[in-house]
Amino acid sequence: MKAKYKFLFGAVLVGGTVGFLMTSGIKETGVYFLTPSELAAKVSADPSFHDVGVKMGARVVHGSITRNVGTQTITFQVTDGTQTYPVVYRGLAPDTFTDDVDVVVEGRLEPDGTFRATTLLAKCGSRYETTPQA
Amino acid sequence: MTTLGQLGLWLALLIGAWGTFVGFYGGYTGRPELIASARRATYALCGVLVVASIGLLVALLKHDFNVAYVANYTSRDLPTVYVLSAFYGGQSGSLLFWAVVLSLFGALAQWLTSRKYDHLLPHVAGVTCAVTLFFVIVTLFAANPFERLPFTPADGSGLNPQLQNPGMVIHPPMLYLGFISITIPFAFGVAALLSRRLDTGWLHAIRKWTIVSWLFLAIGITLGMWWAYVELGWGGYWAWDPVENASFLPWLTMTAFLHSVMIQEKRGMLKKWNMVLITLSFLLSIFGTFITRSGIISSVHSFAQSAVGYYFLGFLIFIILAMAVLLWLRLPMLESDAHLESMVSREASFLFNNLILVGIAFSVLWGTMFPVISEIVRGTQVTVGPPFFNQVNIPLGLLLLALTGIGPLIAWRKASVKNLRRQFAVPVVSGGIAAAILTALGMGNFYAITTVSLAVFVVGTILQEFVRGVGARHRLHGEGYLQAFARLVGRNRRRYGGYVVHLGIVIYFLAFTGQAFRVDLEASLNPGETAEMQSPWGHTYAFTHIGVSQYDELNRLVSAASVEVARDGERMGIMKSEKRQHFICSAPIRPCPRQLRKPSFEPSTEAGIRSDLREDIYIVFAGVVEGTEEAVYRFTLNPMVWWVWFGGFVLVVGGVVTLWPGTTIRTVGEGDTQGGYAAQLLESKSA
Repeated sequence: MKAKYKFLFGAVLVGGTVGFLMTSGIKETGVYFLTPSELAAKVSADPSFHDVGVKMGARVVHGSITRNVGTQTITFQVTDGTQTYPVVYRGLAPDTFTDDVDVVVEGRLEPDGTFRATTLLAKCGSRYETTPQA
Repeated sequence: MTTLGQLGLWLALLIGAWGTFVGFYGGYTGRPELIASARRATYALCGVLVVASIGLLVALLKHDFNVAYVANYTSRDLPTVYVLSAFYGGQSGSLLFWAVVLSLFGALAQWLTSRKYDHLLPHVAGVTCAVTLFFVIVTLFAANPFERLPFTPADGSGLNPQLQNPGMVIHPPMLYLGFISITIPFAFGVAALLSRRLDTGWLHAIRKWTIVSWLFLAIGITLGMWWAYVELGWGGYWAWDPVENASFLPWLTMTAFLHSVMIQEKRGMLKKWNMVLITLSFLLSIFGTFITRSGIISSVHSFAQSAVGYYFLGFLIFIILAMAVLLWLRLPMLESDAHLESMVSREASFLFNNLILVGIAFSVLWGTMFPVISEIVRGTQVTVGPPFFNQVNIPLGLLLLALTGIGPLIAWRKASVKNLRRQFAVPVVSGGIAAAILTALGMGNFYAITTVSLAVFVVGTILQEFVRGVGARHRLHGEGYLQAFARLVGRNRRRYGGYVVHLGIVIYFLAFTGQAFRVDLEASLNPGETAEMQSPWGHTYAFTHIGVSQYDELNRLVSAASVEVARDGERMGIMKSEKRQHFICSAPIRPCPRQLRKPSFEPSTEAGIRSDLREDIYIVFAGVVEGTEEAVYRFTLNPMVWWVWFGGFVLVVGGVVTLWPGTTIRTVGEGDTQGGYAAQLLESKSA
């Protein structure tokens, strides 16, 4: 029976470690996932929110993409219908990134209202299915 | 043919319902004619689902674009192998694939299982028929691949180019085979509970099934990594994407199950736990299908949103409730025969192995579901990415790696100091020396040093087992070393196959460590210009842009960029990375004239990859600067990637050794307190 209690102690230790790693992991690496309107609301409620990295999911505004291949910078606008933000992204865009696709950008909203993205993910709503032919 | 397919599905609905009923009722009453009928129902179910599948395959091969599924996933120009793979490439087809494969496994379970377990088989038939029935219902009422369009398009829209890859032809079925085959061990578990036959019989009956499904999952996951690596063009093979996690979760719980059943077989402990683990594995295999099908978590992989998700959710909840009730009713019959005697014992090390595996599974599930959980609890979505998963799982993974060395060698019940010294002295010292050497060489990465050191320790324990086993046979039976080796492995397939699998796992760990040293460089180059970078092994690579050419291939327009690669000033040859624009033709003419082409899908990237044992060169061509010949590239030097695929190979070899027919089962005798085969052999001789 003594071994059983020792094991339970060890189990609690392992469980505690997992729990601790998970909570600290979420605290340190968890990122808000917001729509442009939610982001606007957060920022107006608390201006220090500019310093917090967030993920924003929105749709690319048709015709807003300009690529500067030389400096590898892409600027475009995203919107959720009510709030629109200009985005600056430096790096290679994924293959699926074009007009009107849903994107997830991760980065910070600068005080001047530009979203500076460090990662750009283009979500094809149905990646393994064809996009509807317009 | 689609009429025939549709008919097959409706018959499957009837037969599945009948099989479920007579399976459980026949098992309950023990009436032989019902039991026989349940068995026949599993065969018939398989038969009609094969007919339904043939119906879909024929529609695909005949390019019957009036069928929505055929039009959505194939086109006239699509190579035949991809036309066939479109069977499971789309949602409704993959559900039919599940149903037909599960019915096949269900029939095989009836046919292959030894007559010794006849008391379990009716319930097993009930479970497999019920689960198949669920998939048939979803296929018929929520996602029917035989649905027709009101018109017939001239050509289909083609298969997503990222799925047009040989890896993608075999990766999904492998993963599905793993997912689906978990149902069989689960069915035996349920059968043992229902029939109140809770001895180790059901564990013996499913041993091979468990290993087979574990192996398919491992192969499927590895192929998935390979596909992501060569096809997605971001330079890695694992991104902790929800769909990847979904395949990883049941593998973790199955790994735990594989180990904990040994404790039940030999010591009669962990009976409840094993039931919970196999139920969890089954739930996670269904859950995996559910999150890839429902689009509940926003993922780059997510399929179209559909009602299918609700069916899955309902099914999951039903299974959880039913199993909770069943387990609660049988709780008194699941008492342990023995208790844990010491913390320093095989039992304890296996328990910790289980705890850590389930801990990893829980954290991965939590991280995967966190956007959904946080949205429900806090109203805002919070996502966690690779840093979360790495932060949590690297320490846990390393603990597990250490246990991989300890578990197989430590004595049952209570290890003596003598046992510990005999089994672990050399491996521990070797691991310590490895750590010292790496530190002396100036490696600063703590996790990398720990991984290598633990890897040396584990490989040390494995080698020691082989050397001692061969030596013991050589001395005691006078066999030559080769013969001794062959007999050693041949007569103890489960043990030595297991060691080889462990070796494969060690190789995976070492390969994953390489990712910590990956280097990337993005560069925009004119023809003739060169970009240079330093590899973690100390080589200097020079990449010279040669030019971009454009040409037609089968169903796509290709822009290929060529790069001349040199290592330390020595030319290695030319590497190529492509951008492909796939198109479909608006008339059935071949080759398709330019004016009739319609681009399908976004352009896709083919990375240029060159592998050697030390590192991969990975080149992605991102595009040309408009109006010039300047090309933008991303160059990646990726250490140790080859070893991931090699680790997979070793693991499969070990699995096949374990599965090879004819293994006898040993139960633990009084003499087997030392752990380790050589010790056993010596003791049995001297006794």
